[in-house]
Amino acid sequence: MSIPLITTSRWNIEDGHTLEGYLRTGGYQGLRRALEMTPAQVHEEVKKASLLGRGGAGFPAGIKWGFLPPDVWPRYLVVNGDESEPGTYKDRLLIERDPHQLIEGCVITCFALGLSQCFLYVRGEMAHGQERIASALNEAYEHGYVGRNILGTELSVDVVLHWGAGAYIVGEETALIESLEGNRGMPRLKPPYFPASIGLYGKPTIVNNVETLSNIPWIVEHGGDAFAKIGAEQSTGTRIFAVSGHVRNPGVFEVEFGTTTFRDLIMGDQYAGGIRDGNTIKAFIPGGASAPWFFEEHLDTPLEKTTVDNEGSMLGSGAVVVMDETTDIVKACHNVVRFFSRESCGKCTPCREGTNWLEKILDRILNGYGRPEDIDLLLDVCDNISPGISWPPKQTTICPLGPSAVSPIASALKRYRSEFDAYITSNTDTPVTVNGGPA
Amino acid sequence: MTEIQQDSDLISVTIDGQEVKVKSGEVLIDACEEAGVDIPRFCYHKRMSQVGMCRMCIVEVDTGRGPSLQPSCMMDVSEGMVIDTQSEEIKKIQDGVLEFLLINHPLDCPVCDKGGECPLQDQTMAYGPGETRFVEEKRHFEKPIPINDNVYLDRERCILCDRCTRFADEVVGDPLIQFIDRGNSTQVNTFPEDPFASYFSGNIVQLCPVGALTAKPYRFKARPWDLEEIESTYPNPLGDRIVVQSSRDQVLRLQGLDSEAVNWGWLSDKDRFSFEAFQSEYRLDNPLVRGGGLNKADKSGTGLVASSWAGAMSIITESLNGADPDRVAVIGGARLTNESQYAWAKLAKGIIGTDHVSADLGDDLQPHVLLGLPRATISEACQPNNTIVLLTPDLKEEYGTLFIRLRDAAKNLGVKIIELSPMRTALSADAAVSLHPLPGEIGNVVQAITTGDIPREIGGISGEDLSLAHSHLKDTNVFVIVSRSSMGQSEEPIIEALTSLQEVDNCRFLPLVRRANTMGALDMGMAPGLLPGRNTLSSGSSVFSDIWPNLPTESGANTKQILQKAADGDIDTLFLLGADPLTDFPDKALAKAALERTNTIISVDLFVTPSVYESDVVLPAASFLEADGSHTNVEGRITPIRQKITPPGTARPDWMIAAEISHRLGHDLGVDTPEDIWEELGSRSAVHGDLDYRKLDHLPDGHLITATGRIPFIPAEERIETRPVDSYAMRLILGRRMFDQGTVTQMSPSLTQLAEKSELRINQYDFERLGIIEGAQVEVSSGGASISISVKVDNRVRRSSALIYSNLEGADPRELLIEGAHSIDIRIDPTVKESA
Repeated sequence: MSIPLITTSRWNIEDGHTLEGYLRTGGYQGLRRALEMTPAQVHEEVKKASLLGRGGAGFPAGIKWGFLPPDVWPRYLVVNGDESEPGTYKDRLLIERDPHQLIEGCVITCFALGLSQCFLYVRGEMAHGQERIASALNEAYEHGYVGRNILGTELSVDVVLHWGAGAYIVGEETALIESLEGNRGMPRLKPPYFPASIGLYGKPTIVNNVETLSNIPWIVEHGGDAFAKIGAEQSTGTRIFAVSGHVRNPGVFEVEFGTTTFRDLIMGDQYAGGIRDGNTIKAFIPGGASAPWFFEEHLDTPLEKTTVDNEGSMLGSGAVVVMDETTDIVKACHNVVRFFSRESCGKCTPCREGTNWLEKILDRILNGYGRPEDIDLLLDVCDNISPGISWPPKQTTICPLGPSAVSPIASALKRYRSEFDAYITSNTDTPVTVNGGPA
Repeated sequence: MTEIQQDSDLISVTIDGQEVKVKSGEVLIDACEEAGVDIPRFCYHKRMSQVGMCRMCIVEVDTGRGPSLQPSCMMDVSEGMVIDTQSEEIKKIQDGVLEFLLINHPLDCPVCDKGGECPLQDQTMAYGPGETRFVEEKRHFEKPIPINDNVYLDRERCILCDRCTRFADEVVGDPLIQFIDRGNSTQVNTFPEDPFASYFSGNIVQLCPVGALTAKPYRFKARPWDLEEIESTYPNPLGDRIVVQSSRDQVLRLQGLDSEAVNWGWLSDKDRFSFEAFQSEYRLDNPLVRGGGLNKADKSGTGLVASSWAGAMSIITESLNGADPDRVAVIGGARLTNESQYAWAKLAKGIIGTDHVSADLGDDLQPHVLLGLPRATISEACQPNNTIVLLTPDLKEEYGTLFIRLRDAAKNLGVKIIELSPMRTALSADAAVSLHPLPGEIGNVVQAITTGDIPREIGGISGEDLSLAHSHLKDTNVFVIVSRSSMGQSEEPIIEALTSLQEVDNCRFLPLVRRANTMGALDMGMAPGLLPGRNTLSSGSSVFSDIWPNLPTESGANTKQILQKAADGDIDTLFLLGADPLTDFPDKALAKAALERTNTIISVDLFVTPSVYESDVVLPAASFLEADGSHTNVEGRITPIRQKITPPGTARPDWMIAAEISHRLGHDLGVDTPEDIWEELGSRSAVHGDLDYRKLDHLPDGHLITATGRIPFIPAEERIETRPVDSYAMRLILGRRMFDQGTVTQMSPSLTQLAEKSELRINQYDFERLGIIEGAQVEVSSGGASISISVKVDNRVRRSSALIYSNLEGADPRELLIEGAHSIDIRIDPTVKESA
């Protein structure tokens, strides 16, 4: 079945990022359509579409919007453009190639939620994206799509751009809010700090991902039902996946959500085109570095939220990282753990100390100073960060960053423990001193 | 922060299988503690906001949706909650968190000041894994770095609990220490070139749950197990509760005691580190007399020479025997305990027979203001939705812990503060309305605010601002905190303001005093016309006449009048009880003349102050660390002062000195212990009647004296006309700094360098108008007098006014004061250059 491209339709149009190109290809029709409706009707369409959040947690956007307490103003919309999960680069392209679509989505959402202030938080490193979204916003202001009395109506919405400083943790919504307020990007504890009740500046706040909001114009223009018809029953519409790693054709692909399988995405000629050099697949990360790893037997799992959850991982941010048979699993594991260790914000003890400890142990193993007891130690440290090492994870930390560092270790050890053993057994007689080096 | 228990309903929860009743809305960790279940914690502190950082207090909580792991410091209890603090999983998590905290924590406990009183050490003993599994290199930072003059930070020991940083930011508004860097490299530090210049820095040392923060005065001085401690009161006007810790008869540390009513555990650095002064080598430890070269008493001698108690006493008795009581006077006594004050009042009024007794030094509100207005406590004022009117200077400088309480009230309790201070203060940002009337105009401004009869502009305040302030007085409880804010303004405008405020419905007052126990001094009769228990000389003489045989009949002189009499040659014997009129009395020339003319000056003091130096007999007294007694704070709260160490040399408690003099005059003062005083006073003082001195140690909030109205407030009769400032003049504000030339600061090695030099501070606007260079010396004149002083830009000072802090090294702004003027206009001559 051929599906319409909902969010990536302008990626191949040279001037798709300009207002001219956007209008030529049907831009701002969703907004015009929304303004003919009531805010409640717009909200209803989004609910009907059962659009799942595209940031990582996959919570239905329409329901999230409904969490705003009635009659509390001001309230804010915050756009989470702090995409930094390793392997994820879909939002960056949405911002670079179709910024007006995002702006339109923001304005429609503000209309639906009855608010007038939107903060667009863009990751610090996305220099090109920042230029594109800034100039698009200027155009939109100039032509009355944003600002006071949008398209001659009563609706007035201001969109404030905010450049982050490049911390991964700020992709966590409460940390993003802290950062927007000018504080250190450190997550807040939920409860009580659910953004919908106590968010930006203590006011009710909706935080949505860039891709989520990029779907809104299409949904409003074509109706929620049309959107819900695409994809699986609970994972509707299309979804963008970023495939990277050992594939022939890495890239970002918009696919029908819920029905496409990992095999289609990784092996399909129209997508990633199979494993490089005719190699076989060893493991793959299904939803960004935080997700537990999948293996060959999971290839026929559909890209459907519930199914993937039940299989013990998550679709997360839509980043599929493929590892072929040449991959050194211990090194891969170390690579991912090191990322989380370096990006830990430092707030919760288990994450701040634990992820770094994990990194140091893996470092030592890779350098030939592993001890047989290190495997159990790794697992026990993991257990102290995420009790039970289960999925979905229990956590001793505020946010899931700590447990994210547990995923690769638990996954790698589950399937490829022998590779760890190999590093260790080849060096069994190397004594270890308290300084961590050879005696 | 403050848990205001609006709803005292109890709810039932299950803690570790036991169903218990807890207060609704309480934080889980506190509820468990009250139920006898101790939950380990590092970051949680009940006087600060919760952050849930250390993760040590995680428990399993089931609110009906299945058990989940929750930090107990961030969750309030709710009906039916099931809490498990002991499960295997929780124990493993606690072990895990401790292990995480320890892996990078140096094991230098044997040389760490915190060792022995360290929560991390204690909890490791209670919960910890016992052995390390961490074979890697620990995190390294440069070992202790000074973050200000008195506090060192060892980042290797830091467990990043956010207590110090939260305290600096939330509690005192000095966000000068912060987390920097991220993850495993996170550290607490100051900004480059910007020290943690806070008046409250010592509190972070007390708050630190490990040995990361240490205070210079205590570093490497003792081990906690060698310390003995006693709960006492710091003799400052607020009566901050403290714990005095000593070893081998030497006080090594003062810690704040968490008193709900007063200081919540906080102390200002001045008070915390001042214990050094009382043990300084400059403490008086033996009697001194004016003498000659052979160490003999010699009235014409130029210096003070060591003497004996017998020698000193004989000079005193000689001057008092057969003396005309009207020619004897006593100034001071605010430093003393309540008991010593009683003893001295009895000696002066009941034995010697003079009513020239005054604890005031001409820079405080008069007794009728301090005793006559309906009084409020700090906690009564700091209740949600109250309005507090501040007629005070910068509280942060002089009343540190009150500043903290008011800041909390404004920030967290919704208390509206109407600030009427001569300049912008540390509370201005949190005040609902912050107005800065010109000195001398406060009466007119307050009248407009209370009556709502708003002129277009008065006292430099616009009608709009006055209306806004007026609106906050409606439909609320109004509390007024008042003090002599600036010596550049006389007392009359303040009394005028208080007269207007008295008209506000249910308005209550908290008058502040400058010196430690001025309130006690008044209640013990150390003011002309007063007898203990707020009896007057006329009404109370019958109550006391049987034990105070020589009570005078006529009301005597206050300090100013005493000094005037002395300068006129009408005083032969003058007692200075911890008083230094040469430094403190506003009219320095009068004080000097008085001391020069008086025959015999007898000082009872801890140090040789300028006035003590002019004395003929100097008696060494015991400090609050060395004598038992009690203290009355500005609220009228009596709390115990407890002896921890022995006095230096032959110094003795003030009451003992009074008893000795009385004995030598042939009268038994009837006082052998501080307790005797309460027995004698109990039946005679209606305000102290229900106080049980022996129980004082067991009352967490002390004993509050509630009686008011016995000494009536005398309202202002005349209205002071508003007086515009001409464009060549500026109105003078005399302020106070926390650290100045005061004896205690100067005698504490850790504090002395914190005092600044005297400067004239003016607004940028006036500064540019005058065309001066910052730091330049200018001549400032008023009336006939002038001083040479350097200039500094300070935008907290409003236009057309100028601020000089009193009692700093350099120019003495008292020279500029004009006797009898409600406010002082000064002129600045920028052209005068000083050769130096």
